[in-house]
Amino acid sequence: MMIKLIKKSWLWSLAAIVLLGFISMGCSSNGEFGSSADAAEKVYVAPGEYDEFYGFFSGGYNGQLGVYGLPSGRHIFTIPVFSQAAVSGWGYSEETKPMFQTTDGFVPWGDAHHPELSQTNGETDGRWVFINENNTPRIARIGLDDFKTQEIIEIPNSAGNHASSFVTPNTEYVSAATRFSVPMDEEELQNMDVSIDSYKENFHGTLSFIKVSDEGAMSVDFQIRMPGFNYDLSHAGKGPSDGWSFFTSYNSEQAHTLLEINASKNDKDYIAAVNWRKAAEYAAEGRGKMIPGEHYRNYIDHEEGGVAKSELIEEVRVLDPRELEGLVYFLPTPKSPHGVDVDPSGRYIAAGGKLSTVIPVHSFAKIQQAIEDEDFEGEEMGIPVLNYNSILHGEVQNPGLGPLHTEFDGKGNAYTTAFISSEIVKWDLETLEVEDRIDVYYSPGHLMIPGGDSQKPDGKYLVALNKITKDRYLPTGPEMFHSAQLIDISGDKMELLLDFPTEGEPHYAQGIAAEKVMDNQKRFYEIADNAHPYVTQGEKEARVERDGNTVHVYMTTIRSHYAPDNIEGIKVGDEVYFHVTNLEQDWDVPHGFAVKGANNAELLIMPGETLTLKWEPKKAGVVPFYCTDFCSALHQEMSGYVRVSPADSDVEISYGTGQ
Amino acid sequence: MQISKIAGVLALAVVLIAGCGQGSETENQTETDGDTKKEQELTDFEMLNGVGPVDEEITIEEVDEELAKEGMKIFDMKCGACHKMDNRYVGPPLGSVMNTRTPAFVMNMILNPDGMLQKHPIAQSLQAEYITPMPDQQLSREDARAVVEYLVQESQQ
Repeated sequence: MMIKLIKKSWLWSLAAIVLLGFISMGCSSNGEFGSSADAAEKVYVAPGEYDEFYGFFSGGYNGQLGVYGLPSGRHIFTIPVFSQAAVSGWGYSEETKPMFQTTDGFVPWGDAHHPELSQTNGETDGRWVFINENNTPRIARIGLDDFKTQEIIEIPNSAGNHASSFVTPNTEYVSAATRFSVPMDEEELQNMDVSIDSYKENFHGTLSFIKVSDEGAMSVDFQIRMPGFNYDLSHAGKGPSDGWSFFTSYNSEQAHTLLEINASKNDKDYIAAVNWRKAAEYAAEGRGKMIPGEHYRNYIDHEEGGVAKSELIEEVRVLDPRELEGLVYFLPTPKSPHGVDVDPSGRYIAAGGKLSTVIPVHSFAKIQQAIEDEDFEGEEMGIPVLNYNSILHGEVQNPGLGPLHTEFDGKGNAYTTAFISSEIVKWDLETLEVEDRIDVYYSPGHLMIPGGDSQKPDGKYLVALNKITKDRYLPTGPEMFHSAQLIDISGDKMELLLDFPTEGEPHYAQGIAAEKVMDNQKRFYEIADNAHPYVTQGEKEARVERDGNTVHVYMTTIRSHYAPDNIEGIKVGDEVYFHVTNLEQDWDVPHGFAVKGANNAELLIMPGETLTLKWEPKKAGVVPFYCTDFCSALHQEMSGYVRVSPADSDVEISYGTGQ
Repeated sequence: MQISKIAGVLALAVVLIAGCGQGSETENQTETDGDTKKEQELTDFEMLNGVGPVDEEITIEEVDEELAKEGMKIFDMKCGACHKMDNRYVGPPLGSVMNTRTPAFVMNMILNPDGMLQKHPIAQSLQAEYITPMPDQQLSREDARAVVEYLVQESQQ
């Protein structure tokens, strides 16, 4: 091939090839500081040993939550959240379908963005991880006792739930907001059939505060009506700024077409500083008003049988800043700010002005002073706009191009991703001087330091969550996994240690010391406590019951057989429900259940759990079913048959195992 | 060319087979060593009553009906998928097990199946006969005691 090429090519193309080769060699050697033995040792986790941190990485457009070990970068699990997962039957089994219920009906996919660990006293506590869905606004709560999605709540009066799901320091609230403003009528915030070019007149946004109970149950406590900007990201205050939350906005131009140009005109947009504690008091006093706001709360509780329930909630409380004083203030911030990040001391608020040449850092003390002095430069929809120069702690000069997100190491340093110049920039929170910078490959969006947005960061590692992968791994056609990079931040100079691929598009991620999570792991569900309405608590209870065209199969599994494993009397046109109870009580012994021609998925049933697969046979004949998860030396024997007779046949229901 | 290829494949196969043989031999060796050692470690008490959390003799003179009833419930839920009373199923029939095993032995088999399979020659010979290993069904000691009461009742019938 090379010979052909040379024969056909002109001299200049040869030169180009040589040059290309040189460049690509240059690139890879640049990116491989991390291949030194020193770096390898830092990320090496010996066989059988554990990583120091759990990393929870959003799956972005795959809708799920990826679990990685750090520092090894090993992908250890994927938690199904907003997208159906055929791998386990999530969203396909009868038990889990209600988790996907919304006021738009069954929504099988979601766009997951920002995981956020629950906190106590401003520190990650390992109880839950929350994650937002951007497309059909929802927030999920995942239990870190069983690594399963336990609750999903829909956010009413919202579109594009991006500035979410950030928690307050004691997980009193989880935030949500409208990235896309939509028409909302004056009285009840209902969406309207109006011309899109009536944007300035009719379009509004909302900020939502979802209350989290001690058990984790979520409820929309109140929404705040906002001007029709695009609310982008958020973080709660902490320490002195506890009680406040900060939301960036862009498109203060209120453009509705070609936002790329039309929403990039103003020198400054705003950070909305929300006094949530005051808002919560207003809400508790019954201020604002209850308006129609239908939304679903779906939850699944294994102590209640593990069958998801959907509750329709009809109303929501809305607070209006035009009527309630002291609720929201706007902090002018250059320029189309994206991330907003509060330092561990709670004194400074850094904004990633993605089109700005500086990183503006606001001072919470100055904000308080400006509010007290009524040092306002204007107002928007009744919301006072503070004076930029009065609230500024300072600007970080020369922070790289396209600053997006900042995390902190708890030692007085901040780390900001620069998307356009593909680097992480380290700067001093007091002097605002840039201290160090490191190239990443390529174009980082978020970054993550374990605890890096809490009051107690573990400032040892930083993960850059890069948007562009290109040549970092063996090529996999046009589509490839995103690239994450692990950086050692324990010293003065950042050091690149490791590249690792991540599934979907991880936006944000969270990290937590392994010991805060690993000791609370559930290993199986106690079969005696299984409260599922179709549980089979022992093989003696296994049976098949017909009720008109509906057939319920009460089936058990244990290594390595089903009971019953021979079933007759099923007819074409029946709705068959296989309620499969896994009688195992041992760690890591799920059984699978798959039946030929099922139009949904398999079931993967954890020890002690019951899951149900609906099957509608369409053809007469004998159909096998089998276990999909290699469970024992006799796994291949774990199978059975269902005889399906024509609709008008008189074959009676019969069943058995081992007869 | 053809011959040398075949020869090459043969040579490779010989190497592979030899490699395998050696590997499994070493493994067997280790296992045998381990077994002998472990067997030697078992006391007379353990030979009779098994290895596990139950390290004292348990005697049952008269069946406690209530406890046996409780034991039957647990048995049906957690054990009955593999054990029947009269017939061989996935595991051995248990209708007269209490005529040949001590209560402590059965409790240890329930509470410590992995340990029993590793250490006890009776558990090992059962495993060889029935193939499917006895799983840990996470019974509490009280649960296991109740199951034994039920099995004693069954053995007396």
